[in-house]
Amino acid sequence: MTAAPLLTLRNLRVTFPGPHGDVAAVRNVSFTLGRERLGIVGESGSGKSTTGRAIMGLVPPPGRFTADEMRLGDTDLRGLSERGFRRLRGRRIAMVLQDPKYALNPVMSVGRQIAETHRAHMRAGARAARRAALDMLAAVRIRDPERVYELYPHQVSGGMGQRAMIAMMLIADPDILIADEPTSALDATVQTQVLAILDELVRGRGMGLILVSHNLHLISAFCDRVLVMYAGRVVETCEAGQLHHARHPYTRGLLAALPELGRRRELLPQLQRDPAWAADAG
Amino acid sequence: MIRLDRVTVRYGSGAHGIAAARDVSFTVAPGEAFGLVGESGSGKSTVLRGVAGLIAHAEGVVELAGEAMPRRRTRAQRRLVQMVFQDPYGSLHPNQTVDQALASPLRIQGLGDGEQRIAASLREVGLGPEHRFRYPHQLSGGQRQRVAIARALIVQPRILLLDEPTSALDVSVQAEILNLLTRLRREHGLTMLMVSHDLAVIAHLCERVGVMQHGVLVERTTADALASGDVAHKHTRELLRSNAGFDSAV
Amino acid sequence: MSGVAWRAWLLDPAPASRRQARFGRWFRGWRSFSANGMAMAGFLIVLALVLIAVAAPLITDPHAAVAQSLAHRLQPGSAAHWFGTDELGRDIFARIVFGARITLTIVALVGAIVVPVGLGIGLPAGYFGGAIDAVLMRVTDIFLAFPRLVLALAFAAALGPGINNAVVAIALTTWPPYARLARAETITRRNAEFVQAAVLQGATPASILFRQIVPLCLPSVLIRLTLDMAGIIITAAGLGFLGLGAQPPAPEWGAMVASGRQVLLDQWWVATIPGIAIFVTSVGFNLLGDGLRDVADARSA
Repeated sequence: MTAAPLLTLRNLRVTFPGPHGDVAAVRNVSFTLGRERLGIVGESGSGKSTTGRAIMGLVPPPGRFTADEMRLGDTDLRGLSERGFRRLRGRRIAMVLQDPKYALNPVMSVGRQIAETHRAHMRAGARAARRAALDMLAAVRIRDPERVYELYPHQVSGGMGQRAMIAMMLIADPDILIADEPTSALDATVQTQVLAILDELVRGRGMGLILVSHNLHLISAFCDRVLVMYAGRVVETCEAGQLHHARHPYTRGLLAALPELGRRRELLPQLQRDPAWAADAG
Repeated sequence: MIRLDRVTVRYGSGAHGIAAARDVSFTVAPGEAFGLVGESGSGKSTVLRGVAGLIAHAEGVVELAGEAMPRRRTRAQRRLVQMVFQDPYGSLHPNQTVDQALASPLRIQGLGDGEQRIAASLREVGLGPEHRFRYPHQLSGGQRQRVAIARALIVQPRILLLDEPTSALDVSVQAEILNLLTRLRREHGLTMLMVSHDLAVIAHLCERVGVMQHGVLVERTTADALASGDVAHKHTRELLRSNAGFDSAV
Repeated sequence: MSGVAWRAWLLDPAPASRRQARFGRWFRGWRSFSANGMAMAGFLIVLALVLIAVAAPLITDPHAAVAQSLAHRLQPGSAAHWFGTDELGRDIFARIVFGARITLTIVALVGAIVVPVGLGIGLPAGYFGGAIDAVLMRVTDIFLAFPRLVLALAFAAALGPGINNAVVAIALTTWPPYARLARAETITRRNAEFVQAAVLQGATPASILFRQIVPLCLPSVLIRLTLDMAGIIITAAGLGFLGLGAQPPAPEWGAMVASGRQVLLDQWWVATIPGIAIFVTSVGFNLLGDGLRDVADARSA
């Protein structure tokens, strides 16, 4: 990659105070993100969602994060105040969550929320904002933007709500999008459509995308590079297409434990957890 | 063991009525595992609840073990079929220990020997005495699902219904639960009816599969046919394609 | 067992019996409750009220609460009479102490009536829905439509003065929100999967309501009750103030405020001290209720 990376992380650590001392949810995670699609895959408790949230400064107190290096372009994210992060959110980093029901305001129409986001970042007038919102709805392949603009979140289907959320998050033209399980709540066919839209938008705008998911197959099919996380650490990095050549026993164990259409086995090989995987690298 | 004949479930009435399931008919032989797949809103969960006897206003015939089920089932009829639900967090009462959750069905069905049965049941699903008096919030998702399975099997039903039993679980835990179900099915000679949106999981456990769309059973096929792609209905093909994951050419 | 051993037993992550599990749960709840300063303050106030009420004869002479001494009327606080005397020369301190009994009785009786009635109406309404729900809720609405004090006055006037009638009057006007609360909780829970599992096992609706749904409704109902205590005490005081609650010479705090009204400017303590007692008790129950709600919320979060 000749261009400078959009995001650089070195030894990110996120800790939460616990009854017996600090608990590290994320331990020494390092990676760079360019104009590519990076997938972070892991099971619950692996720290994948916390990593995404730390990048946006959304670690809930009393959790804290530290890093040797944490840069978004030229901006140093370490020690950034809440106000500093707020300036970045939406404008330079955006996040799409799993369930649009929780991210969309239920008493405001979908289109208006998108327009408000635009106005908040771009200081545009009401009409210009509405225009921008309609354009964005069309960009996420919603066929009747004028009609959908007026709908309320409870009136749109899951897939459309998710597309509306993507529209809302991308309208301020951020450099990076973090998508945390964006399609897990959707049906398989809708999932494919939404991912196609994400793909098109991310490529078209030259953005970087971090896709966080528990779904190995999805990540390996959709992303360029994959990070596998376990117990807060990155245990494996590889090119997406090379996932079946994965070397770490955890990744191999996960792949083997997945039921596969076409490969009938009486019993699935169960993952044997090796405590060495969770050991601190240093 | 299970026979459905033109089962229909309607919500609302008159012009605004929606049929969540319409004229659904199929049979499941004793000891067989039958899967129902479809997207959300396809009616697969409705059919499952109809078989379970959780829907009061279902039309059509539901026959279990050769006996047609009336609108209000007797206690003995209830014992025939039990269900494992999708959400391990919601299927256990938050104020009841594992012990109470397992003792309750025994008490209701009037089965004695509680101590033995509970201990044996826990062993069977891979839990130990240290779990017996814990509350649900003190257990992991996989452990809760094991308790749900134990609770379903403690009354020795002949039919086990499964509503997306592993959707809410991690991959590694899913494999453990699927293996547990395979083993228990063999040991108890259970007849299983399972609902899932995950074709691979269905094909793993079930021999025959029904595909539902918009409340209608559009195809009856086998797990092998799904694997080889040898299917008839367009919707089945769509499901297979989506199951294969993202393809940037789509 | 030593203190440390008790704690270890209660906090054991793998309890070995039902009792251990249940006590452990209570203990954990207590620990999170006692960590909250305000909640503990409320709890201590309420505890003090209960202790004072129970131990009243040990604290002061029961006669002093009603013994009149016109020669010593309207005296300010002194060594002999800590809170002074009222317009009939009775010792205010003793009247406050014995008045605590009356307050506690009213509050306990109202609670004992309101909670079962509210649950008894709200649970079936929520669980069965349909016609049962409609009928029960309309009955509730009728009671809810009247302002509490006015309705209590009407009942008290119809039933006649006296503490027991005051209790009934207050209870009759207080139960509707509890029925609504129970109904709302039931509607939320009735489709829960553990309820469906119970149906599958062959449980009867009564069994499901009692064993599964009541324990889930109880926390919010009880918390609501503690938060309502303040209002109940004030309503009782209001009735007493109007002469419809406790009758003289019973040392009910509201009645004391009423009779002290006439001398408020010169002998302020006669009315103010019972007023402070009412205030402190209300605040105590409020803080207790808030603390319980915080524990309940944290547990369900």
